[in-house]
Amino acid sequence: MSTGMPPAGTGVPAEPQPRRTQLGPLAQVVEVLDSLPGGGLILTTVESALNWGRASSLWPLTFGLACCAIEMMAAFASRFDLDRIGVIPRATPRQADLMIVAGRCSIKMAPIVRRLWEQMPEPRYVISMGSCATCGGPFFYDNYSILKGVDQVVPVDVYVPGCPPRPEALIEGILKLQERIKKEPFLRRQALAALDGRAGAR
Amino acid sequence: MPLRTEELLLNMGPQHPSTHGVLRLVVTLDGENITDVRPDIGYLHSSVEKMMEHRTYVQNVALTDRGMDYLIALNNEAAYCLAVEALAGVEVPERGRYLRVIFQELNRIASHLVWLGTWGIDLGATTLFLWCFRERERELDLFEQVTGGRLHHVYFRIGGVYADVPDGWAGACRDFLEYFLPHIDEYHQLLTQNPIFEARTRGVGVIGRREAVAMGASGPVARASGIAYDVRKAVPYEVYDRLGFDVPVQASGDCFARYLVRLEEMRQSVRIIRQALKDLPAGEFRARVPVAMKPPRGEVYVRTESPRGTLGMYVVSDGGESPYRVKIRAPSFSNLYALTEIMRGWKIADIIAILGSIDIVLSDVDR
Ligand code: SF4
Repeated sequence: MSTGMPPAGTGVPAEPQPRRTQLGPLAQVVEVLDSLPGGGLILTTVESALNWGRASSLWPLTFGLACCAIEMMAAFASRFDLDRIGVIPRATPRQADLMIVAGRCSIKMAPIVRRLWEQMPEPRYVISMGSCATCGGPFFYDNYSILKGVDQVVPVDVYVPGCPPRPEALIEGILKLQERIKKEPFLRRQALAALDGRAGAR
Repeated sequence: MPLRTEELLLNMGPQHPSTHGVLRLVVTLDGENITDVRPDIGYLHSSVEKMMEHRTYVQNVALTDRGMDYLIALNNEAAYCLAVEALAGVEVPERGRYLRVIFQELNRIASHLVWLGTWGIDLGATTLFLWCFRERERELDLFEQVTGGRLHHVYFRIGGVYADVPDGWAGACRDFLEYFLPHIDEYHQLLTQNPIFEARTRGVGVIGRREAVAMGASGPVARASGIAYDVRKAVPYEVYDRLGFDVPVQASGDCFARYLVRLEEMRQSVRIIRQALKDLPAGEFRARVPVAMKPPRGEVYVRTESPRGTLGMYVVSDGGESPYRVKIRAPSFSNLYALTEIMRGWKIADIIAILGSIDIVLSDVDR
């Protein structure tokens, strides 16, 4: 597993090493359904039910880097209460499917962020919270130690602007991600990926 | 045949739910006992001191919020503004000084609430987190009405504060204090006689008076070890010499003592804010300072009492528009060192309690 940081400016790093997903039977089911008249309907119905479930139980990794993490904590706490939309923090990447990168990421921290992301099971999502995680923010100029955007090491799905973003903004980011998850052709992608022997949906 | 045992090297962090940020502790264990702890810091190094050399004096106020301890933005701003004011010989109007005191103390309460809540989670008392953040949200509303921000305010200016408080704010602030005081007793009820909490904190992580001095501990950590030192009393700045407050001191030096000191500090902060609101004079709140200010050549070191300890700010001017050098004496840095030194001999589960009781903020340690 490569944990080294890619050189700056290379954009989204390559996917991790190909790994065989255990979705062979799924691929067959999808194939059979596709050959039946109206099979696509069944597939999409099942898919939307699954997607509804996935979107309503997004478990983020508790992973605070800097000031934005305090606002993330506030979003989990009494007034904003993220639990009510099914967002329950997990302390280990193995149980999480969402990484909220809250705060500035230093160059020393970058390989660790990458490793945590690699440890998360697929499908996984990343929210970049705050200007620092998005682009370096207030630490962009005259700075030798902060990564200019966490998307140099992990692929980001939703960017939440602000310094720090209010908890409401983070909640909106999560709702946006949920909308996206609900529309994803999740099963078909997994099946295709299994057929190709590629890594599944990221 | 004797059982062969060997030491275990355990890496805690940088992603660990109870290191309060990105701290890595390399712990050497003999069974469950800690034989050595080596903190590995720098995961949040933001090069803020270097950045300050490239910005004007006025712009740097925004950086002190973010680059230093982010839980106490206003206390950082105060330290920086005091240093530059001393360098340039700016006189702050009375109203500005009182407002600064009020906001620094409010921020102290907010910071201690975050500490108490997160430490509660570490020790398994999740309710505490929800309660503390409930009070904190009400306090942040007060901040928002004046500064517009919840966490990062950029409210203090060199020579005073940015804007006056709106009409009715003082009343809202009094209402908040009225509401908040009984909650301190609530925390006491929840924790102080709680046997689980006591078992995990009383007598754990003792740092003696002599060690505390030798290792440069300050703030609540030092005061819990019997050192009655508070910069607000020793070298009063702003208008602290005119306000009556006590410095809580405990003798035992364990985690429990640090907890008691902080709870009492919140009560004293309430006392200070009440007095300051009563004495708040009318008039100007900001001195006239040119935007492109150029303090004369020289250097200055200013000390303030931040919620975590003695926050020092050393600013050197070469007569230009930006500081020649800024050095921040961060309280968390020395407190972290002090407690990792005394962690030896405790059980591994105590690391969490001890680390939480120092109240470190990694942004303050690394800067
Ligand atoms: S975006 Fe602002 S609040 Fe968030 S980590 Fe960066 S400096 Fe802190």
